Amino acid sequence: MNTALPVLKASDFASDQDIRWCPGCGDYSILAQMKKILPEVGIEPHKIVFVSGIGCSSRFPYYMNTYGMHTIHGRAPAVATGLKIANPDLTVFVITGDGDALSIGGNHLLHLIRRNVDLNIILFNNRIYGLTKGQYSPTSLQGHVTKSTPTGSLDHPLNPLSVVLGADATFVARSIDFNTKHLGETLYQATQHRGTSFVEVLQNCNVFNDGAWEHLTDKDVKDDNLLVLRHGKPMVYGKNNDKGVRLQTLTPQSVVLGGEVTEQHLLVHDQSAPEPHIANLLARFSNPELPVPIGVFRQVSRACYEEQVHQQVHHAKAKSKGDLNSIFNSGDTWTVG
Amino acid sequence: MLEVVRRPTPNTIFHRRLAAMLQTNLGDSSKPVQELKGATVRLAGDSGDGMQLSGMQLTNTSALAGNDIATFPDFPAEIRAPRGTRAGVSGFQVHFSSEEIFTPGDGLDALVCMNPAALVTNLRDLKPNGLLIVNADSFEEKDLKLAKLARNPLEDGTTDGYRLIRVKMTQLTRDSVAETKISVKEADRCKNFFAMGLIFWLYGRDMTPTLRFIEKKFSGALDVATANRLALKAGWNFGETTEAFPTTYQVPAATLPPGHYRSVIGNQTLAYGLMAAAKLSGKKLFLGSYPITPASDVLHELSRYKNLDVLTFQAEDEIAAICSIIGAAFAGQMGVTASSGPGILLKGEGMSLGVMMELPMLIIDIQRGGPSTGLPTKTEQADLLMAIHGRHGECPMPVIAAASPADCFDVAIEAWRVATRLMSPVMILSDGYIANGSEPWKIPDVQAMHPIVIHHPTETPDQKFLPYERDHLLARPWAIPGTEGLMHRVGGLEKEDRTGNVNYEAANHQHMVNTRAQKVSNTNDLVDPPTIFGQRSGDVLVVSWGGTYGACRTAVTQLQASGNSVSHLHLRWVNPLPRELGSMLAGFRKIVIPELNTGQLRQLIQGQLAITAHGINKVEGKPFSISELIAKIQAVVAECDAEVASSL
Repeated sequence: MNTALPVLKASDFASDQDIRWCPGCGDYSILAQMKKILPEVGIEPHKIVFVSGIGCSSRFPYYMNTYGMHTIHGRAPAVATGLKIANPDLTVFVITGDGDALSIGGNHLLHLIRRNVDLNIILFNNRIYGLTKGQYSPTSLQGHVTKSTPTGSLDHPLNPLSVVLGADATFVARSIDFNTKHLGETLYQATQHRGTSFVEVLQNCNVFNDGAWEHLTDKDVKDDNLLVLRHGKPMVYGKNNDKGVRLQTLTPQSVVLGGEVTEQHLLVHDQSAPEPHIANLLARFSNPELPVPIGVFRQVSRACYEEQVHQQVHHAKAKSKGDLNSIFNSGDTWTVG
Repeated sequence: MLEVVRRPTPNTIFHRRLAAMLQTNLGDSSKPVQELKGATVRLAGDSGDGMQLSGMQLTNTSALAGNDIATFPDFPAEIRAPRGTRAGVSGFQVHFSSEEIFTPGDGLDALVCMNPAALVTNLRDLKPNGLLIVNADSFEEKDLKLAKLARNPLEDGTTDGYRLIRVKMTQLTRDSVAETKISVKEADRCKNFFAMGLIFWLYGRDMTPTLRFIEKKFSGALDVATANRLALKAGWNFGETTEAFPTTYQVPAATLPPGHYRSVIGNQTLAYGLMAAAKLSGKKLFLGSYPITPASDVLHELSRYKNLDVLTFQAEDEIAAICSIIGAAFAGQMGVTASSGPGILLKGEGMSLGVMMELPMLIIDIQRGGPSTGLPTKTEQADLLMAIHGRHGECPMPVIAAASPADCFDVAIEAWRVATRLMSPVMILSDGYIANGSEPWKIPDVQAMHPIVIHHPTETPDQKFLPYERDHLLARPWAIPGTEGLMHRVGGLEKEDRTGNVNYEAANHQHMVNTRAQKVSNTNDLVDPPTIFGQRSGDVLVVSWGGTYGACRTAVTQLQASGNSVSHLHLRWVNPLPRELGSMLAGFRKIVIPELNTGQLRQLIQGQLAITAHGINKVEGKPFSISELIAKIQAVVAECDAEVASSL
């Protein structure tokens, strides 16, 4: 953090707009953590742009005292790409949801991630369409009974982290709305990554899909269901840190520590592994066989798209200055009169 | 330099040296020369025969000879349709003239056919007694079968009434390149240069620019370069030697306005205009685009100019393309997207957001035949109503239409001037005919052009920044991210007047809809009104827009010359329509609106002015011919005469 800058407070990032989310919505927690970490990030509000699509989460920009664009359903990644290419000095966030990013905007998400544009995507995953009042989403579990699926949904759910890892994301993380400390830390780490950072936030919609993540937030069971990933540390979890994850050939396995099985036998988390093999396995972990991982799955370095765009411009200029009149007058020309 | 004269005399040797020095061809055939005002020539052959390349060479050469030119490339959507079939025929028509011309010509004076399929699909356009040059080597049994012909059209009377000249092009080309090491297959690919050489001889064209072109284009394959050069010269020599051509023709230079010229195609001029507009407004040009025929050339052309701060982004789809320029526009750059009908349709939601956010950006529609995939390589004007109305809600946007390839340059600049002054997306309409057609372009001096002045607020006013406060033209301020104290949010939800806050109140929505509409109609305060060509009152006023300008202007000029009371009004801005339109139309008994659609401008004008207009409408994937316009306009003039007579 540049100490020459005026010290910013969370309140500096709050806009004057009334917040219109339902009382008790998990979005409030994400908004609060965002306002909390931005002063630590140390970028002034006028150099930040929040871009969103459509959905409950996408109202987010209105509540931030930064520049903001509330765009079209699914299209925030494309808008943000143009914005970042046009002005690479801006810090850009894409705020999206499971319907916005994975259904109508699935294509844009993939292409933003493979290009590795330097911006931060925060996907609020509540496994439901909230703003349209309760239809199943691409992350809803099969058989989910909703307004549009009275006899249960037939669609197999999409795994957001598998999708983005498939597109070669360079920063992949997951956190939970109720776990505010972890959420704040994860958001902060995302902002420190150069390239596209992708954070899935498991978020509760208390109106249309209450308790979707209860097994990961209920204080009685959560520790036995969650694996908090720590770079360089063995994958230990459980209320009493008595469980771990090991790899048997290519199959991950939950084991109870003690006796012959010790921490030495466990997988050690390496978020900077060049290939995402283990990250891909972690993305597939689900209860009850395996704990659901949260934290940073992957963080690797790859050239940013907009940086390369401007490098090409720079090289082209170094090669030949060029001016319009000489381009217009190039090729075969003739004079009359 | 150019071995065109069979038996050089001391005099011709002198001339030849002089010509080499002056880089012009002597063009002194030993045969009689007949002077023509102009000629229309079409080269037709297989998609792989190089007809488009040959056509461009003839175009360029004619332009350099000082002729006015207009071209009409016509090719199939398939890259290489099966060889020798009718579906695979590709044609390129060039009209060159010593007088000012606006169209690629009606009937053909000369038609070159490389195979039977090209002959049967093109012969109907050749004028009676027109020159028909065929590659006689490609009328074998198998060629006829590929063209689905039971009999040889050269033998069955099909070519009666034309001056048929059979040239064994395949054999002659092979013979001419024999000294090189290239294969027979490669030798056969030089045929188009042989045909070009023959046409160049016939119309006294200079081979130098094409020889230069060959040198540059095939610099990596010297044998191929040599072979093409030999084939070109062999074609010329064939014309000079054969007794089939008793005369050669000459088309003197046209009297264009003084200036420095080059030949351009519409998409290229459009790209140049966009670059000039960016420069004049001090903006970086950001083109977000997705490949589509016939708009891709704008992307190709602009992607070459990174050294001029031109940023091109090939997006993952049409939607992402327009969304990326919305992002670029918010960042304060010049966002442009170019597509054709199917892509423009997908951009509808993006354009609506652009209208709601009130950000300047350009959306270019290079129209092609529709609906759906339709006729991707053919021209049509059927997107007009989509351009004006094709969005949800009350979503007006200024729409400007280019009239010709050279006009694309001015249109791009004018569109950006209006977009930035009004803070609105602006749509530019072009079409396949303009996009791929050529004409001479008087090269402007960018330094001497009026700058496009854009003001971005930078100071933090004492009071809160109001992103939707408006000036007298109803434009809102363009505050860009990075500016301290002006943080604001834009979005698709209805805005409260002045503050830009989300607002769903009834009166506010009514006010905002009215305001956005009035703002678009204020375009008329920024642009020159159109003018009537001819008398301001009379029997018939022909009203046109877009790429039919040339055909309409030529038809009206000819009708006026033969004493008809006909005038012409060409609309540059089709939305909003000019304020004076009603009074302009009121001076005429009949209004005639020719369009390459089923009557879209007619519907608009009839609806807005509550008048009745006559339509001349065609959707055949090709431009109007002048003769068909003259005949149809004349029929309306005759109706006027009859009405006057019956009222007496």
